Amino acid sequence: MQDFLEFRSISKGYPGVQALSDVSFAVRKGAVHGLMGENGAGKSTLIRVLSGDQFADQGEIRIDGEVQHYRSVRDAFHAGVIVIHQELQLVPELTVAENLWLGHFPGKAGVIDRRKLIGVVSEKLADIGIDVDPTAKVASLSIGERQMVEIAKAVMLDARVIALDEPTSSLSSRESEILFALINRLRANGTVILYVSHRLDEIFRLCDSLTVLRDGKLAAHHPDISEVTRDQIISEMVGREIANIWGWRGRSFGAERLRVESIAGPKLKVPLSFSVRRGEIVGFFGLIGAGRSEMARLVYGADARRQGSVSVDGAVVPADSPPKSIRAGIVLCPEDRKFDGIVQGRSIEENMTISSRRHFSPFGIINPKKESELADKFIAKLRVRTPSRRQDIVNLSGGNQQKVILGRWLSEEGIKVLIIDEPTRGIDVGAKSEIYEILYGLAEQGMAIVVISSELPEVMGIADRIIVMCEGRLAADMPRAEFDERRILAAALPDIKSSKDLPLTQVW
Amino acid sequence: MTHLKKIFLGEQGLVVIFAVAFIIVSLTVPNFLSERNMLGLLQSVVTIGIIACTMMFCLASRDFDLSVGSTVAFSGMVAVMASNASGSILLGLLAAVLCGAVVGTINGVVIARFRINALITTLATMQIVRGFALIASDGRAVGINDPGFYQLALSRFLGVPTPIWVMGLFFIVFGFVLNRTVFGKNTLAIGGNPEASRLAGVDVARMRIWIFALQGIVCAVAGVLLASRITSGQPNAATGLELSVISACVLGGVSLAGGRAAMTGVIVGVLIMGIAENVMNLLNIQAFYQYVVRGLILLLAVLLDNLRSVAGRQRA
Repeated sequence: MQDFLEFRSISKGYPGVQALSDVSFAVRKGAVHGLMGENGAGKSTLIRVLSGDQFADQGEIRIDGEVQHYRSVRDAFHAGVIVIHQELQLVPELTVAENLWLGHFPGKAGVIDRRKLIGVVSEKLADIGIDVDPTAKVASLSIGERQMVEIAKAVMLDARVIALDEPTSSLSSRESEILFALINRLRANGTVILYVSHRLDEIFRLCDSLTVLRDGKLAAHHPDISEVTRDQIISEMVGREIANIWGWRGRSFGAERLRVESIAGPKLKVPLSFSVRRGEIVGFFGLIGAGRSEMARLVYGADARRQGSVSVDGAVVPADSPPKSIRAGIVLCPEDRKFDGIVQGRSIEENMTISSRRHFSPFGIINPKKESELADKFIAKLRVRTPSRRQDIVNLSGGNQQKVILGRWLSEEGIKVLIIDEPTRGIDVGAKSEIYEILYGLAEQGMAIVVISSELPEVMGIADRIIVMCEGRLAADMPRAEFDERRILAAALPDIKSSKDLPLTQVW
Repeated sequence: MTHLKKIFLGEQGLVVIFAVAFIIVSLTVPNFLSERNMLGLLQSVVTIGIIACTMMFCLASRDFDLSVGSTVAFSGMVAVMASNASGSILLGLLAAVLCGAVVGTINGVVIARFRINALITTLATMQIVRGFALIASDGRAVGINDPGFYQLALSRFLGVPTPIWVMGLFFIVFGFVLNRTVFGKNTLAIGGNPEASRLAGVDVARMRIWIFALQGIVCAVAGVLLASRITSGQPNAATGLELSVISACVLGGVSLAGGRAAMTGVIVGVLIMGIAENVMNLLNIQAFYQYVVRGLILLLAVLLDNLRSVAGRQRA
């Protein structure tokens, strides 16, 4: 089959960065094409150029042999190119059908033809096999269902090229399965899918062909994915062989450090108990909605506890107050960095010292010299890549933001328990290894660490012990010697019987 | 052109615009630069200037306070009535500050602990407190008995009236608090991202209560100075003040979305408001037009701010 979507010598520069240089590759009709690369490799820029959001300095995009000259996202729409971003673009208070028609409602003289509005949508949804009620408000849907609606929107607009940017990053594995089935149906209809993902297993499962970008250049193009191996792709992405990105090493554990006894809260009804020893890294695995983050927030006191107690080194920690937890030595790096982690618009320095500055502020007056010394120390120690501590934190990449949040807690005094929720979500391979290395270092100093992750390889790669959660309960607890992918997954999956009366994802 | 753009849209753009406007006005408007007029100008912005200090904290932490005008009137009233009744000016001042603190604390507690929208809460207290001022005085102005009370506003130090000194002192103190203390930095952090700040160990609710309490106290100080200047407690004093103060802050680059504030900006914002009014008075422009001009200045300032953040994004 001939090439349908072609990128020809695309170059794009921003002040100070050449985001793309001379990138050329082509995708066949009806192919799912993977696009990989570390963060900053140029994937997002390429997608932006494709979507009409940004313009290439040089080069051209051809669809079905025709050179595209579009100058806006709208033009790209009309050319049949639709990009589905990580942040979904639906209006929550409108229904599914209304969202799908948004911008060109059917009807006369401004009066909407409701029958057509819902009828056409139900047909379309049934056509592509999406099981969502067209009259439901988008706000009532799970993230997975919303993504389906976005894809349905693309299909309704007769998209010829659909680009998906990290579509599974916030989906549970069951939702991902539904998405994959949908992608397969679109492929059968001849739609070209550009699939951007960090997850190699998905790329291998879904894609027919693959392009790897590195530093804005084409690192490799594989017209047939069956001819490449994982290791090859990883080395193409980083330009070097990474044999083992986990780098786990054995450690001896000390006495019990964190003890959690029968805690429960409004969103986590079944009491939970567990403990973590000095120097131990305990991984919490589970499907999205299994209650891991809720557990973390209860332990940290971010949400009010209904019952139960948390103690550190035998001393009970007062409930529901982050400041008291910090003073007792428990800290949390939250799951959603953007909403719960970073303070936008403020500098790296201020983000880092937000909690620890009280230690060098007699009568509340900050000692600016000590503050900047501390910030510089942890910028160097954690290798935060930034020209200055005064940079606004939003200008950093995800990995560097995560390091700043780690720095926030490492600059505190007397931290004994670190809870880190999705430590490497949206972070590139190189920075991932660095973050794991930081965690090992802290464990070696005797910290008790709880790592929550939805990536099974990651939990298995770095944890000394894994606790599996399923539907708000502890489902399994196994030491490293007994790690077994199948057993862990089996424990994480809810019983078929009980899952029937549950929605697709548990919305907490 | 690009050079000009850089100057006007840069960090200090507002200061540059202010300086240019000041020079133009000094050269074209007769009597503007006279010492008498300058002191008069500063006198006229004392109330706005003092309250803008704490309003800046309020806005920077993503809150809002509409009750300041009423609190000024009420606390001024309390100061006059309490000192008349007790014969002690000091007691009057303490009573006023206490009342201001109570109003502010109630605002803060309702907003932070009961999680009621700040706009609604202070809209309510604005009316309640104004009502108290009217009830306490039966709707009439209350004259000051002790002439010593006048001295608060009339006395001079180095030829400059005391209220101006007080305003200057507040500018320095609150500028320091904003930039150099945990309180100030936490205020900006809360405005930047309240949930992240809470999870980072900032006691957000307590901070917000403190900010409102401070706001109330500062309003009381402004109320006392105002009462002294107008030689009485007036239940209808300072109506519409809240909007002037918020305008001055926004003019000074304080973001209503929180997380961004600078004392120098707020000072310039206050002075721009004062100069606009002063110049129109000097040029004998009818008071009715002044509303229009004030509104236009505010709109222009917001547009400028918008241009600046667009320019900033392009640079980044």
